[in-house]
Amino acid sequence: MSQPSPPILSVRDVHRRYRRARTSLFKPPSEVPAVRGVSFDIQPGQRFGLVGESGSGKSTLIRLLAALDHPTSGSIEFEGHRISGQPERRLGFLRERLQVVFQDPMGSLDPRMRVRDIIAEPLVAARKPTPPDRIRELLTAVGLPDDAGDRYPHQFSGGQRQRISIARALSTRPSVVVADEPVSALDVSVRAQILNLLADLADEYSLTLVFVSHDLSVVRHVCDTIAVMHHGELVEMGATTDVYDNPQHSYTRRLVAAVPTLRRALAGVSAAELARAVTAADPEEDEQ
Amino acid sequence: MNNQIAGPSTPPGAGIPDAAEPALRVRDLRVGTDNLDLITDVSFTLAPGERVGLIGESGSGKSLTALALLGLLPEEVKASGSIRLSEVGFDVVGASERQMSKVRGDRMAMVFQEPMTALNPVMQVGDQVAEIMLLHRRQPDRRAARRAAVEMLAKVRLPDPEGAARAYPHQLSGGQRQRVVLAIALANDPAVLLCDEPTTALDVTVQAHMLDLILTGVAERDSALLFITHDLAVVATVCERVLVMYGGRIVESGPIDEVFTRPRHPYTRGLLDASDMDAVDGRGRLHTIPGTVPAAGRFPDGCVFRNRCAHATQQCVQVPPLEHKGARAHACWHPVEEPT
Repeated sequence: MSQPSPPILSVRDVHRRYRRARTSLFKPPSEVPAVRGVSFDIQPGQRFGLVGESGSGKSTLIRLLAALDHPTSGSIEFEGHRISGQPERRLGFLRERLQVVFQDPMGSLDPRMRVRDIIAEPLVAARKPTPPDRIRELLTAVGLPDDAGDRYPHQFSGGQRQRISIARALSTRPSVVVADEPVSALDVSVRAQILNLLADLADEYSLTLVFVSHDLSVVRHVCDTIAVMHHGELVEMGATTDVYDNPQHSYTRRLVAAVPTLRRALAGVSAAELARAVTAADPEEDEQ
Repeated sequence: MNNQIAGPSTPPGAGIPDAAEPALRVRDLRVGTDNLDLITDVSFTLAPGERVGLIGESGSGKSLTALALLGLLPEEVKASGSIRLSEVGFDVVGASERQMSKVRGDRMAMVFQEPMTALNPVMQVGDQVAEIMLLHRRQPDRRAARRAAVEMLAKVRLPDPEGAARAYPHQLSGGQRQRVVLAIALANDPAVLLCDEPTTALDVTVQAHMLDLILTGVAERDSALLFITHDLAVVATVCERVLVMYGGRIVESGPIDEVFTRPRHPYTRGLLDASDMDAVDGRGRLHTIPGTVPAAGRFPDGCVFRNRCAHATQQCVQVPPLEHKGARAHACWHPVEEPT
C-alpha cells in the first residue's frame, strides 16, 4: 500500500494481556490475552469502523489507541509520535488531538457540573483559555440551544446528553474522534439524529473517525473501512462494501448472517433461518 | 391447583363470535398514578399460538404494559380496564396478590431483558427451573422436578444439561443465562409468554439462536407470544402482527408485512425510516423523527404525536380514535396516504 500521506494512527503487533486475580499462593496468576498481535494503519480523514462482539477486545484496543492503557508489547504511533508506554506528561498533545465519545453519556458526564464547564473541561486540562463564544459555538455545532450551558446533565434526554459528549470532544479541535458505541444506548429516532450529526461534524471539521460498534448495519452506514475483531485478533479488514458484501473470514460471515434486517425479515427470513445461517457460516465456532 | 380461584366472571369465550377463546384479552387498559395517565385505552387480544410484537421507543409504555399484564405494577401506580387470561376465572386487573401468584409462571410467564437480575445468584440453575414446577405443583416431588428441569435445559439447547443444571448463574455466559430464563418461563407450558427485550443484552450471533429458541418454544406449546422490543428488524423476524405504541397509546396495529410496508401512522412511518440504515435522503443523511420522546406526563393533549408530526393541524388537538379497518387499525386524523 503506497499512501500519499503518512498514517495518523499506526498500530504495530500490539498485544495486551491482563492478569487474572491470583487463585493460588504458589502458582503465578493466569493471564487473559485481550488483544493479540493487532496491526493496522488509520489514514487522515478515514472513517474507521471497529466491529466485534462482547469480549472481542475492541474496548481494550480503543483504550490503547487513546493511551488510557498501554500495550504489553508492540507499538502505537500517533502522527509519527510513539504513544504506547509513554508517561502521562508526554501525552499532553494526544489529549488535545484525540478525543473520545463514550457509550453511556450519563456515566461520562459529571452530574454536578454545568454543561458549560463539562464542555470546557478538556480546554481547562490543556491550560487553554475558554472564551464563552467558543462554548456557544460548540453548543450550536451539536444542535443544542445557547442556554443549555447553564443546565446540568440530568436535565437532558439521552440523545441531548450524547450531543453534550460530542461538544466536549470537539472543544480542543481534535483531529481524531474515537466514538465507543455512541448510539447503542439511544432510541431509534434519536440514533439517526446522532449518526447524522457525527457525519456532518466529521465533514465540517475534517475529522478522522474511529467508530466502535457491535452493530454492523450502523458501522456500514458511517464508515468507509471496517475492521472485525474476534477473540482479540483482527480477523478481517477492508473497504466497507467489500467486507459487508463479500466477507472472507468465517467469523465475519457469521456476523453478517446473524444481523436481522427489515428487508430480509419482510422477505420472509425467519429466526430459524437466521440461526441456521449463523451455524452454517462457521459450524466449529458455534457455542453449542 | 384447585378451583377456589373462580372469580366474578363471564363464561369463557362470551361475546366472541369465533370458537377459539383468545389466550389473552385486554380491554380499555388504563394505567396511571392519581394525577398522571401513563397508559391509555389499550385494547388487544392474543389468539393461542399467535405471535404479536409490541414496539415503541423508551418511554412509550411498552414495559409498563407488560408489568400491568403480570400484575406487577408499583404500589402507587393503578390499573383499570380488564385483562382476561384463558382458563383463569378472574380479571388480572384488581386481582389479589394471592390470585396473581398462581397465574404468574404458570398461565403467563415472562422473559426479562437482563438474565443476571432475573436469576437467583445463590441457587443452582437446575433448582431454579425445578422450583417453578414445584411451586405450581406440576411435578409430584423434588426428584421428578429435578429430572424435568434437566429436560427443560436440554430443550433450550444448553450444552451438557446435566452439568449446567448444577451451575450457578455466574458460571454461565449471557446467552446461556437467558436460555435458563426461557426454560423457567416455558417450564409450565404458559398460555401467554411475555418477552421484554429478551435479546437486547446479547450479541447478534447469540441473539439469532435465542430468537429461534423462543419461537420453537411457543410453537410447541401453542402459547401466545407478546414480544416487546424497540428493534423493528427483530420484531419483523419474530412476529406476525404488531402493535405500535407511543405516549402510552396504541397508535397503529396490524399484520407486520402490511404495517411495515404501508404504515398509516406518521410515527410508524418515522420509526421505519429512522431504523433503515440503507435508506438516505438526497444528501446522504439518515431519516429522522424531529425532537425526542417527551417524559411521562409531558405528552401533548389530543394526538400524543402531534408535537413531532409534520402533518399536525388544529384538528389534532382532539384525540384521534383508533379506527379499525379489517385487520389493521390506526389512530390519526391525517394518516399517511396508501400508495396506489
